[in-house]
Amino acid sequence: MGDILALLFNTAVFGAALRMATPLIFAALGGIFSERSGVVNIALEGMMLMGAFTAMFVSHQTGMPWLGVLGAILAGLLVGLLHAVFCIHYRANQVVVGTAINIFAGGLTVFLLRYYFGAAGTSPSVATIPDITIPLISQIPWIGRIIGRQNPLVYLALIAVVVAHIVIYRTSWGLRLRAVGEHPRAADTVGVNVFRMRYLAVALSGALAGLGGTYLSIAHLSRFSEGMTAGRGFIALAAVIFGKWTPYGALGACLFFGYADALQMRLQDIGIPTQFMNMLPYVLTMVALAGFIGKSVGPKASGQPYIKG
Amino acid sequence: MQSRLKTIRWQGIATPLVAVFLALLVGAGFILFVGENPLTAYRILFMESLGSVRNIATTLQRATPLMFAGLAVAFAYRAGLFNIGAEGQLYMGAFAAAWVGFTFTALPRLIHLPLAILAGMIGGALWGAIPGFLKAKLGIHEVINTIMLNFIALYLTDWLATGPFHGGSWVPETARVSASAALARLYPPTRLSSGIYLALLAALIAYLILWKTKQGYELRAVGLNPQAAEYGGINVAKNTIIAMAISGALAGLAGTEQILGLHQRFIVRFSADLGFMGVAVALLGKNHPVGVLLAAILFGALQTGSAAMDRLTSVPRELITIIQALIIFFVAADYLIRRILRMKEEA
Repeated sequence: MGDILALLFNTAVFGAALRMATPLIFAALGGIFSERSGVVNIALEGMMLMGAFTAMFVSHQTGMPWLGVLGAILAGLLVGLLHAVFCIHYRANQVVVGTAINIFAGGLTVFLLRYYFGAAGTSPSVATIPDITIPLISQIPWIGRIIGRQNPLVYLALIAVVVAHIVIYRTSWGLRLRAVGEHPRAADTVGVNVFRMRYLAVALSGALAGLGGTYLSIAHLSRFSEGMTAGRGFIALAAVIFGKWTPYGALGACLFFGYADALQMRLQDIGIPTQFMNMLPYVLTMVALAGFIGKSVGPKASGQPYIKG
Repeated sequence: MQSRLKTIRWQGIATPLVAVFLALLVGAGFILFVGENPLTAYRILFMESLGSVRNIATTLQRATPLMFAGLAVAFAYRAGLFNIGAEGQLYMGAFAAAWVGFTFTALPRLIHLPLAILAGMIGGALWGAIPGFLKAKLGIHEVINTIMLNFIALYLTDWLATGPFHGGSWVPETARVSASAALARLYPPTRLSSGIYLALLAALIAYLILWKTKQGYELRAVGLNPQAAEYGGINVAKNTIIAMAISGALAGLAGTEQILGLHQRFIVRFSADLGFMGVAVALLGKNHPVGVLLAAILFGALQTGSAAMDRLTSVPRELITIIQALIIFFVAADYLIRRILRMKEEA
């Protein structure tokens, strides 16, 4: 029993959980902005994948990983705009467009990978963003071992959660964003430009998901490999729902899912199959949706194209 | 009125054709990007997929699971449900079929094969019925639940095939299904299986259910307007569950065909997005069984030709994945295509 407790509250596991949660946090924040504006975004997976590829590619070409971060944000932004144009302007089914983007990103990244780097399923190793030590915090016992030395993107993700919360709940832009997602007609009547809000939110969503992908290819690892997001975009989507479309809620969900991810190798040793830990986020999200852990209800106008009339 | 009807019918066929044309056009840009001639690449694509009987057989083999998956998505769509859970239903059906195939090896073929196919349908149907039930009873939108169930099925079958039912070799797969449960190969050395007949039969049955039975009438009524259907005395909840179960059974058949026809064992993660391609096929086929069959053949042809294109030119075969995604974009945005067509008429 003591062994299991030591395992569950291990600082190394918590540190790993934070790292595993980082790409999820960025993508989940992206999901929140998009859904809050009324556009369903099941394309987070594809946007992350594009971000991961671009970050690796720019880092490979320039040797400067931070330029890779910028590139990934830009790539995510462009994919976000693609989603926005089809969903908002052409009023296409948002789930269908999301599916298309995921397939598109899966194809395009491998297409480019093979064109630039030959037949292999992975890219060459590239320059990564090194971890940093936070002077005072790293001295604190226990906590210091978890958050004292991490990748800058890990800290950025945590800051992004706070910023997203302030933007959504404390600014007039956030108020308009929520209005557009809940009741676009009313928002339009009082002079909010529904289309512009949605375009901005979905583009921002893509940029954040792209940033999440960055962490995978040039921080967590130092290369891009085929399909390396491995469903993380969908786990982020699950975190959005599990966290009830709020930044702090999603943060909690991402940390929990990251924790489950970090534990899986260790739990395998005591006889729990890794696949069961992999399933956990999806099972819990279904349970949450069914209302067993407090009902999850999304923005009202989510998924419906707005037709100005 | 007559001419208006004609326009609508014409647009029904025109949109998918224009979408495919636009996708190939954008695809040509990608071919130019890697420094190849689009016409050469497309000629290889065409010849290698439809240029000989053998190539056509391979195309049909690739098309078979897409037919089932497309029918699955289309069937649910007709009842107003968006089943992007075909991938998960496909895995559950595939595993159930494989399990019957490698477990009851003493059965005669006449019983074993139908039993394995039935198991595949039931596996998919039960997995599909879950989101149907959750929608019918708790009002939860099926999209999120089907996505979640895709991953749950993926990991569940992964565990089954590497844990309790591991085949013993180092590869993550189950034991082989016995010959008595395998679908016949129709045109060796291609791997086209008699599953293609099942797919055609499934399309016919789906058509008959939807348009020639009272059940189908109810399903379509729910799809067109659930409130009105309920008001008219149709049990929307019951029909939602039935539609998702039938859709799941069709997706389960896609997996079943892959297992009993192609792989003859369950291989972890064998599907590679067949279920999601089903969404593309259904959309392109305008959610009609005949359209679905044609769209599946087109996608099967693209996949078959892509291997040769990859070998003979420097165009990576993933071009085909890109083109398939582009087709979805353009079909989904038929608002855009309708405008393009109208512009042509006016010009």
